[in-house]
Amino acid sequence: MAFITAVSTWLIPCFLLIVLSVATWKKIPAYELFVEGGKEGVKMAFSLLPFLVGMIVSISILRSSGAIDAMINLIAPVLMAIGVPPEIIPLAFVRPISGTAALGITTELISTHGPDSFIGRLASTMQGSMDTTLYILTVYFGAVGINKMKYALKVGLLADLVGIITSILIVRMVFG
Amino acid sequence: MVNLIWAFMAIVGIVYAMFNGTMDEVNKALFKSANDAVTLSIGLISILVFWLGIMKIAETAGILKALSKALMPIVSRLFPEIPKGHPAMGYILSNITANIFGLGNAATPMGLKAMEQMKQLSGTDTASRSMITFLALNTSGLTLIPTTVIAIRMQYHSVSPTEIVGTTIITTVISLISAILLDRLFYYQSVRRKK
Repeated sequence: MAFITAVSTWLIPCFLLIVLSVATWKKIPAYELFVEGGKEGVKMAFSLLPFLVGMIVSISILRSSGAIDAMINLIAPVLMAIGVPPEIIPLAFVRPISGTAALGITTELISTHGPDSFIGRLASTMQGSMDTTLYILTVYFGAVGINKMKYALKVGLLADLVGIITSILIVRMVFG
Repeated sequence: MVNLIWAFMAIVGIVYAMFNGTMDEVNKALFKSANDAVTLSIGLISILVFWLGIMKIAETAGILKALSKALMPIVSRLFPEIPKGHPAMGYILSNITANIFGLGNAATPMGLKAMEQMKQLSGTDTASRSMITFLALNTSGLTLIPTTVIAIRMQYHSVSPTEIVGTTIITTVISLISAILLDRLFYYQSVRRKK
């Protein structure tokens, strides 16, 4: 397991090293390109802002009212019995539907439980490893005018279920 | 769907607070969380700028193209219905490569182009086998480095913001493999039913 955490720390710096070395070797204007690409990052952060405000406010209303705790208390015994932390359920449910909504929930979980808590790590892994199945199917099929999706939705959602179960098992194994 | 969930969470919260006597907390949380969300979005700028900047260099340096060439033999096996050298394959490969590097904005236009090409191949308004395989790959999440998640972890002072990269990659790979297997399974099932 120490190997996995080592890979996590080494991966990004090594990737940087490769990119910058190749760029220098090929004599392309690395710094100018960096600035150009970075401008998109600014745009992206600002376009995320309204999504995050909307979703985080809505969740915090639900949480501060005490409704989430009440719900969790209700279903906790069942989930605990099969090893699922109940706090993660809203994220697991929303992740395939909306990426920005899930990002809001992930953020809320990380801020409430702390990024280095079990819930924080699990939420991070779930958010990072899955994609918005329903959104992708709607956009991609919609854009080219496909009306009959056949078994595409079944495949997508079942794979998401595998992803949810896997992330719980893996995070438990790696971080205990 | 999202609209429903979003409104539903707030409505349930407010109604619950009426009976639970927590309206004061709700009122405070409303404004505090909006403020937090703005602070967070501003904080995300740092890593998004950095990562997208680096990716721009990688793209121009031809690293993305080299990777999609390397992936070619594996990926073409997944799409037996697409003839060799057909433009659909090129778009599929660029979409996958962009996804691996977390370039969602670059991946989507490539993906739509790929869908267009595949529709020309099939010529109906029913999803073809290749389309479903392609979307199975996309929906299972191909991202290798979850930039936004790392940025959020940094914002909340994680001791090691990138420690979840390993678990994320393992989960991605396992759900990707299961998506491919499920895709095959349902395809052969639909073929058998037709006979």
